[in-house]
Amino acid sequence: MSAVIDSGHAHDEQAHGPYGGIMRWVTTTNHKDIGTLYLWFSFTMFLVGGVLALAIRAELFRPGLQFWHPEFFNQLTTMHGLIMVFGAIMPAFVGFANWQVPMMIGAPDMAFARLNNWSFWMLPVAATLLVGSFFVPGGATAAGWTIYAPLSTQMGPGMDLAIFALHIMGASSIMGSINIITTILNMRAPGMTLIRMPLFVWTWLITAYLLIAVMPVLAGAITMLLTDRHFGTSFFNAAGGGDPVMFQHIFWFFGHPEVYIMILPGFGIISQVIPAFSRKPLFGYSSMVYATASIAVLSFIVWAHHMFTVGMPTAGILFFMYATVLIAVPTGVKVFNWLTTMWRGSMSFETPMLFAVGFIFVFTMGGFTGLILAIMPIDIQLQDTYYVVAHFHYVLVAGSLFSLFAGFYFWVPKWTGRMYDEKLGKWHFWLSMIFFNVTFFPMHFLGLAGMPRRIPDYALQFAGFNEIASIGAFGFGLSQILFLWIALKVTVLGQGERAGQRPWDGADTLEWTHLPSPAPYHSFHEQPVLG
Amino acid sequence: MTNRVVNATGAALLALSGAAEAAYQWNLPTPVTRVAGEIYNLHLIMMGIILVIFVGVFGVMFYSIYAHRKSVGHQAENFHENITVEIIWAIIPFLILIAVAWPATKSILNLKDTASPDITIKATGYQWKWGYDYLKGEGEGISFLSNLSTPQDQITGNAPKGEHYLLEVDNPMVVPVGKKVRVLLTSNDVIHAWMVPAFGVKQDAIPGFVRDSWFRADKVGIYRGQCAELCGKDHGFMPIVVEVLPAEKYTAWVGEQRKKIAAAADDPNRKWNLADLKARGEKVYAANCVACHQANGQGVKGTFPALDGSRLANGPRGRHIEIVLNGKRGTAMAAFGKQLSDTDIAAVITFTRNNWGNRTGEVIQPSEIRSARK
Repeated sequence: MSAVIDSGHAHDEQAHGPYGGIMRWVTTTNHKDIGTLYLWFSFTMFLVGGVLALAIRAELFRPGLQFWHPEFFNQLTTMHGLIMVFGAIMPAFVGFANWQVPMMIGAPDMAFARLNNWSFWMLPVAATLLVGSFFVPGGATAAGWTIYAPLSTQMGPGMDLAIFALHIMGASSIMGSINIITTILNMRAPGMTLIRMPLFVWTWLITAYLLIAVMPVLAGAITMLLTDRHFGTSFFNAAGGGDPVMFQHIFWFFGHPEVYIMILPGFGIISQVIPAFSRKPLFGYSSMVYATASIAVLSFIVWAHHMFTVGMPTAGILFFMYATVLIAVPTGVKVFNWLTTMWRGSMSFETPMLFAVGFIFVFTMGGFTGLILAIMPIDIQLQDTYYVVAHFHYVLVAGSLFSLFAGFYFWVPKWTGRMYDEKLGKWHFWLSMIFFNVTFFPMHFLGLAGMPRRIPDYALQFAGFNEIASIGAFGFGLSQILFLWIALKVTVLGQGERAGQRPWDGADTLEWTHLPSPAPYHSFHEQPVLG
Repeated sequence: MTNRVVNATGAALLALSGAAEAAYQWNLPTPVTRVAGEIYNLHLIMMGIILVIFVGVFGVMFYSIYAHRKSVGHQAENFHENITVEIIWAIIPFLILIAVAWPATKSILNLKDTASPDITIKATGYQWKWGYDYLKGEGEGISFLSNLSTPQDQITGNAPKGEHYLLEVDNPMVVPVGKKVRVLLTSNDVIHAWMVPAFGVKQDAIPGFVRDSWFRADKVGIYRGQCAELCGKDHGFMPIVVEVLPAEKYTAWVGEQRKKIAAAADDPNRKWNLADLKARGEKVYAANCVACHQANGQGVKGTFPALDGSRLANGPRGRHIEIVLNGKRGTAMAAFGKQLSDTDIAAVITFTRNNWGNRTGEVIQPSEIRSARK
């Protein structure tokens, strides 16, 4: 194993190292470099999407139109959704996969190194199209992130740019997934059988299959949309024999597995962090794997619960309601397993563990509201209200995002060889946790009272909770600036205590047991031998 | 002068105190139909179950966090599997789910049962208003549009906001109490959704298709809701108001509407002069066009085209009439031929061709519209 030379850059110490300067990043085929690129890209998009969110919350601070025209407000909500889903959350998890999957299975790199470079470098192009669409005539698409036809066929050229951006991101995701699956199935170290793989690897294996299954479905939907817009087809136009509701069916056939694409790798991260800081093996490893797989399978047969108000036949409603509530079973198994892992452990609460426990708490709340929404008669009241907004932010922000934070704090000592600032990390957790709840908890009440989502102005009875939510949102946004500082300090500035090979005494996967910190630029040249 | 200030302040204070009272609503609105009542109870049952699970799960978690810490010297045990326990906690949620699926299913069967209504009303979503056509039962033949009636000044903050800010319309849907009302929903342009929380009704209005829902209001009163599916720029500004009247008052309302319809009927062969037609056109413009093309006819740059000085409004009238009648595909420009009378369309075209900087001097007569429709 190569020696680690101290330098500002943690990884360029090898004889056949990378190019210097910018070309290192453009041409790199190294899984760690590409992981870093993914993570910085996604964090940048997270900040862009966050600014849009604050623009939304500023307008909603008081009733009346203060800052934006309604049309621009719709652009804000739409682009906030698209950027966060496709630009921030998804690439961030791919970044973690790039860094961690090879190290955790004892592989030297990803299976297709050049493909890996290509899948990343498509993303900035897509992001430029997406963000750039604000500046074309008519502005960005304002049809909501779900781009329902026929509203989306009314949009200006911003919609076309978004369609192209989604196509490119979809291609990137598919290539990334092929790479991850091939790496996991073919490049495991001897002795690393499937049923011994760390749970993070397992969740990514399943997620990658989901991506390959549903990204083409999205591509199909938006291609039909494109031809409806420009080439005279009528897939979604009733006047030409099409059906607008068909768009929703196709979209959500992609959209529901997509929801799990954004949470399963998060489950994986949490399943690494909780045992490490409980100093106790993960409880029910195999049931965790089966639960993940059954969530993935169920995700294909529940899509129409997003469409309970389109007017489906009763039999359809009952099928999708029963299938949806069934998801509570494997999800419950996961939560119980995490709790039992903590039970009678020897827990300590460094920042990764705080975020992991915070994740369990808020994600479970999101699960509860998901159960409420699954009951179709209740959904009749809550569909398309702020209750739904609260629900999916509980699972996406407090779920996916908190798991990403947990993963960052957990692995950054391995990536950089330095410990992050523990005190600031704890501040980051508590500020995020408190402001998150101040922002999104009141939205449950707004939804119950009947406030529709995606409106720029609201009736006076909704004023109180909106005010609280807006205050919380600005607090949450500012807390993420603190995270930017913490991340810059430990990565770019190289500050922080030196980290040993295994700074977390409960962590027992290969990157901790077999590799020094920072992990060398090329790890596992020789396959590790597992007992 | 002083009097006006006092009045204005009083109104503002009233509005504020009203807002303060109603600013925090914690639960679903008080139900006034059986379906809404069932939903209300279902939600309570679910919240009860969730509360029990919440206390159980997080009680265990926080006890563990308190007791099983390294800092208090707790040693980790090494158990990591127990098939029996794992099977039990997969089965318990399953049983709970079956228990709640039963009342939910009953409620679904009830809310989907739109058979044998007393009155059938078609609600049509337009960008951005609702249209109501009474198709069957008492009131058959009544038909009107329902626009937001909150003044623009309140929205932009130049006037204090009224009690029912954004939840008030010029012509509410009116129904009798205790009668089963079936609502047929469709749309003229994009998908909208018709929602009245107090009735437990929310149904998408889909262009080219007809869907239905129903309610039987048990209590007289005024109930309010909003469009619940993103439908473009003024999605937030197309509320739904339903006025539930006692039977005899409803009958009186129907009579009134009949008289109004008779009085408002235009003589289709009347020859209009420019001033009269323009004055009427201004009202039609304010109700139908102003949201996109703006009061000053300048539109919204890049999104909605200007009419002031435009080629359309100053060029050949045939093209202008065609666009207003049939709309423009792929844009938010609706086919107003389906919504407005010949006289209204003639009036609004005359208005736009003779207002702002447009000076064609042309008077478009309703008869021209009638022949253009053919």
